[in-house]
Amino acid sequence: MNPVQQAVVWLNDPLNWTNSGGVLDRLGEHLSMSALAVLLGCLVAWPIGLWLGHTGRGGGLVLLVSNVTLAIPTLALLTILPLTFLGFGRSSVVVALAVFAVPPLLANAYTGVRQADPEARDAARGMGLSGGQVLRRVELPLAVPYLAAGFRTATVQVVATAALASFVNGGGLGQIIRAGFGLDIAAGGGQIVAGGVLVAGLALLVEGMLAVVERLVTPRPLRRVRRRANRRATAATAGG
Amino acid sequence: MLLHLSYRAAPGNPWFSWQYVRDNSDTILAALREHTWLTARAVLIAALVALPLAVAAYWFRSLSASILALTGVLYTIPSLALFAFLAPYLGIGAVTVLTVVVLYALLVIVRNALAGLNQVPPEVREAAEGMGYGRWGRLFRIELPLALPGILTGLRLATVSTVALVTVGVVVGRGGLGQLIFAGFQNNFYKAQIMTGTVLCVLLALVLDLVLAGVGRLLTPWLRGRVR
Repeated sequence: MNPVQQAVVWLNDPLNWTNSGGVLDRLGEHLSMSALAVLLGCLVAWPIGLWLGHTGRGGGLVLLVSNVTLAIPTLALLTILPLTFLGFGRSSVVVALAVFAVPPLLANAYTGVRQADPEARDAARGMGLSGGQVLRRVELPLAVPYLAAGFRTATVQVVATAALASFVNGGGLGQIIRAGFGLDIAAGGGQIVAGGVLVAGLALLVEGMLAVVERLVTPRPLRRVRRRANRRATAATAGG
Repeated sequence: MLLHLSYRAAPGNPWFSWQYVRDNSDTILAALREHTWLTARAVLIAALVALPLAVAAYWFRSLSASILALTGVLYTIPSLALFAFLAPYLGIGAVTVLTVVVLYALLVIVRNALAGLNQVPPEVREAAEGMGYGRWGRLFRIELPLALPGILTGLRLATVSTVALVTVGVVVGRGGLGQLIFAGFQNNFYKAQIMTGTVLCVLLALVLDLVLAGVGRLLTPWLRGRVR
């Protein structure tokens, strides 16, 4: 039996799904840890990105953050953070994943505000809006397509990276692949491929769903801008 | 992060230790050599495959959309899943790692090279055509040189992310410096070993990036001194 057939057999065994440590457990872990990481990333990156974009400063900082995180191996953060005050367990994995969510969120929030039409900004100011009001009522709505694009890129990246949490026994669907590698490749090949299908399928599913969400939250006149925002986001955060 | 700078603050397990580096210099150098060698081969192979692909996408618009869509989907697939798909066929070893990192580097280079080629101004293209350049002559003497900044950006991004990605190769036992990091984690959480691997990894990415930036400056003298 070749690995693909073995994988089909593995996926068709209901016990592999419902056992403790089975697919359903791992999927729950994977999703909860990704959601927490994206939430944490948003809480940190969006205020900073919007504020930097509003003041027009810190473009260099945004670039620096994305370049530096590109060079840091995920494995290094996953192994270093548990040894700090965060301790072993869920919190250090979530923080490690959040670090990789920050660059796309930050870069898109910054670009989104910077891309707001200067005339709209001037008009708002002329109407007597304060700096905070301009940010809230003019720049923020105009930045929504960029925020959505950044959210999508960051979420997909976190869901993909969460598979690596299995290196430090952090749970998630990656654990299935690791367990397969723990067996012999001839015996575990099916499980390895099945785990790969699950991890890749989840990433593609999340990507597809968020693409729809992104389209829904983008007002129709701004939909042309969306494509550009996407391209910029991928250019800014081309990392695995 | 809490960094103990004095030995006394963290007896037995400091974050940095020269003693460790001195005692294990052979292992560290071997890991560094493997990592560098894997990265260099991966970027070279990726560039050799990616450039013709980018040119094909540039020449034939219909190919362009499908190549970009395909690279987009491939890029969404997590690295561990790619390892999982390839390992049962390519076996446990360097070939699997190389294939995975080549695929990711390929995507980055194709996208950036295509963007660079598309940025060649149409006037320049028409002028070259008017001067009697054929398709190939125009490509090699006009379009590729003008697309060099985009190609170099792609190469630099690909190199830096490849250095980080090679560490995932520990899953098949060939992670270069990742092997060092992972072994440190498994050997009673030996902080000095983890940190040495991490620092070397980041430094390697930085050095390779600077080298490529330098090569780029040499190759595009006409961009020097221009205000960005």
